[in-house]
Amino acid sequence: MIPAERADLEIEQRVLEDLAQQAVRLALARGATDAECTIAQGDEFNVTVRMGQVESLKEAGSRGTGIRVLIGKRSGSSYTSDLSPDGIRRMVSAALEVAEITSEDPYTGLPDVSELGYIERDLELYHEDVAALSTEEKIARARQAEAAALDADARINNSEGASFDSYVGLRVFANSRGFVHSYRTSNCSLSAVPVAQQNGAMERDYWMTTARSAARLESPEYVGRRAAERVLRRLGARKIPTQKAPVIFEPRVARSLIDHVFDAVNGGAVYRGASFLAGKLGQKVAADHVTLIDDGTIPTLLGTSPCDDEGVPSRRSVVIENGVLSSYLLNTYSARRLGLRTTGNASRGLSGNTGVGHGTLYLEAGPAASEDIIRSVHQGLYVTELIGFGVNTVTGDYSRGAVGLWIENGEFAYPVSEVTIAGSLQEILLGIEAIGSDLEFRGALASPTLLIREMTISGR
Amino acid sequence: MKFSDCFFARTFAVTERDLERYLAEAMSAGGDYADLYFEYLATTSIVMDESIVKSASQGTTLGVGVRVISGERTGYAYSDDLSPEKILKAAKVAACIASGPSKVQKTGFEEAGRRDLYPLLTAPTDASLSERVALVKRADKAAREADPRIFLVQTAYADSLRHILIATSDGKISFDTQPMTRLSVYAFARQGDGKPQSAHAGGGGRVGLEFFEEKTPEYFAREAVRQAIVQLDATEAPAGEMTVVLGPGWPGILLHEAVGHGLEADFNRKGISAFSNRIGERVTSPLCTIVDDGTLKNRRGSINVDDEGNATQRNVLIEKGVLRGYLQDKLSSTLLRTRPSGNGRRENYQHIPMPRMTNTFMLPGESDPEEIIRSVPRGLYCVSFGGGQVDITSGNFVFTASESYLIEDGRLTRPVRGATLIGNGPEALKYVSMVGNDLKLDEGVGVCGKEGQSVPVGVGIPTIKIDRMTVGGTAQ
Repeated sequence: MIPAERADLEIEQRVLEDLAQQAVRLALARGATDAECTIAQGDEFNVTVRMGQVESLKEAGSRGTGIRVLIGKRSGSSYTSDLSPDGIRRMVSAALEVAEITSEDPYTGLPDVSELGYIERDLELYHEDVAALSTEEKIARARQAEAAALDADARINNSEGASFDSYVGLRVFANSRGFVHSYRTSNCSLSAVPVAQQNGAMERDYWMTTARSAARLESPEYVGRRAAERVLRRLGARKIPTQKAPVIFEPRVARSLIDHVFDAVNGGAVYRGASFLAGKLGQKVAADHVTLIDDGTIPTLLGTSPCDDEGVPSRRSVVIENGVLSSYLLNTYSARRLGLRTTGNASRGLSGNTGVGHGTLYLEAGPAASEDIIRSVHQGLYVTELIGFGVNTVTGDYSRGAVGLWIENGEFAYPVSEVTIAGSLQEILLGIEAIGSDLEFRGALASPTLLIREMTISGR
Repeated sequence: MKFSDCFFARTFAVTERDLERYLAEAMSAGGDYADLYFEYLATTSIVMDESIVKSASQGTTLGVGVRVISGERTGYAYSDDLSPEKILKAAKVAACIASGPSKVQKTGFEEAGRRDLYPLLTAPTDASLSERVALVKRADKAAREADPRIFLVQTAYADSLRHILIATSDGKISFDTQPMTRLSVYAFARQGDGKPQSAHAGGGGRVGLEFFEEKTPEYFAREAVRQAIVQLDATEAPAGEMTVVLGPGWPGILLHEAVGHGLEADFNRKGISAFSNRIGERVTSPLCTIVDDGTLKNRRGSINVDDEGNATQRNVLIEKGVLRGYLQDKLSSTLLRTRPSGNGRRENYQHIPMPRMTNTFMLPGESDPEEIIRSVPRGLYCVSFGGGQVDITSGNFVFTASESYLIEDGRLTRPVRGATLIGNGPEALKYVSMVGNDLKLDEGVGVCGKEGQSVPVGVGIPTIKIDRMTVGGTAQ
């Protein structure tokens, strides 16, 4: 990027910071006792190639702003896509109007001034190579990824396509306690979804690489080949008899377990008592070798940010330490409800209330090679995909559709589909018998391979 | 309606000449077809939690999407600024999908026939905020008073009003104003120091507040409480294949997952659906006739026109077990040389439309629902569900029962905990052996997700008996 463009970007950033502060000042002038405003701006690009041809191409920029106002202990919020002075005025009026119908809530309010701040060192969240990548190059990468999948095996004779997506965005936060900060992010991803056929049955699978810099993406050939390997090993799947057996979650599906634990340590669920982990701080909730960390500060990762969406610096929190629940993830409100301090995990879009989010939430790697974990299983299921929403983080009840590979004497024997795996999140966490060494940060959730002692597999 | 009377002409001074200019720019690189989708959306939401009105929000978004189709290719761009320069720029970006000489542009627009599937006494957005907040307060009170074991209640009210204008390069223009209202109640129950249990009930549609005079906040509150209390006594769900009876209404989500998605024309055109190339084949028991109908009055899944400007209609998907048709949008119907079926939908102006369901349901049969349960020696009776999901290509689908009972010797004996049911789309409904005479549509809370886009939908089903289905519980 040439310096003039970079200067333009900085000017734009200052202009939007000013706009957010103006909205906050306007709210105070109109009777709010406190206010916080956020602006999001971004440019999205998507191209999908299917059977070698561009199928769709989308390119656009958009922006929007949201405000939350407090009138004493009442709060209201509003948002708009209209950033003109009139649009901002209407947004502020709408937020003040709805604040009138809300109740007094003694715990509501902005973070204490002492909590506000942001990480000043460069977290490498914005890479110029994403915006600089030409449309032709993006199309070429998608085309190469799909071709690599289609060329891998004659049984791969169709495709849902391959896509290249990119996004560059700016996020601005300002509040009436003097906080203002903005930061740019970039990310891009490349994925391929081949379809394979054998004896009249069809299967699809995918591989995807995501990064904040185009230079860090896996190569198109690698993406295509991985997707091809995955779809081929699903062909000829059988339904197995109903039984109890050990279950291995490969890293991609183990991430979903981390997500369920997140829902259960989310301060919003915890203070309401609507989580199976509520009231369990300091208690053993997982096997002894399980350590779960939330870290919003690791440079370049997708879960990283200089501050949370209330203007509190991001940080590293140990959620489960050697099997013991050591911290919930909290925003200002849920922290006050629980008599704790915020962990810098506030999350909000443009509309509505502030919730809780995570940074990079990951389960620490263990000592075992994933091959050795598979070899250690006499008979069990290696899960490669899960579908459905049969997880209740209030009770911990767990029941989902699964696809995978059956293990006989430590070796993959044949593919399995149309079965469910069931148990409870409590038993799953306590039943983690082995943890792989294969931890990779491919998104904001990460886990190595996990072996669960026993789950109920329902099939024939 | 005169163009000058439409919302976008009145509010944003859009003229027919503007639309012609934007479409000409969209067709400047030789596309086969282009359309413009103007959208203005106003929303309100109110959340009551722990018996206080904890948050309330209202907001607006405005934008226009420009689409260009060239053969099988689609170019898309959008702008959240209605200035002519920004829309022309979006049109230019979308036009790049084609490569050829500019197409001659039709001038003038013809409005498609109008109808009104959602006549309202008062648009929800015209009611006072205090009337709307009263609904969540009534639901909260009723839920807390319904049972002493309820320890937490969350109620939420949301409404929206969407104005759309669609103009196409073949000279068609459509307008619609789409209201939507929804009330939700979450009830959490606990017995002594036992595990908490939760349940959800709610309803709404393209309705005004008068809807809640019949389906009252108290009705939804008591329903959520009833389900949460039932769960307190629930035991492990069974695991394995067994007879499953689905109750009427919301369990119609089975059809949405097992059949509906697999019949969307985009997947079939590409040959990646388990239902591809199977029109005319028997895919369910002859007792099953399944339709998708976007024309039902005031239903959540209904629309006067789809998001491509085509009128919705009643589409028979499966007739007495035989696959009859797919759900079409503009692109797929053109490529398949058939007609759009009014199923081209999109989440908002930032998205490309694609074939989607509206209200999907099975027509009633002849069996008495009680007789259906009496006919089962051992099985599972499911009356309420959470979400579902399907793998279009293999046809495998799941849906998760949130309230179900064991059937033993033709009688409901005890409630069991939530469990996922799994089956294969073109196979599962071949085992339907009885269909009840009690068709019911859901209460109006369904949201369908596809490729990152959410749209409101409805489902419905009479009581049905499926002789064989895999239930994913933990009790063997």
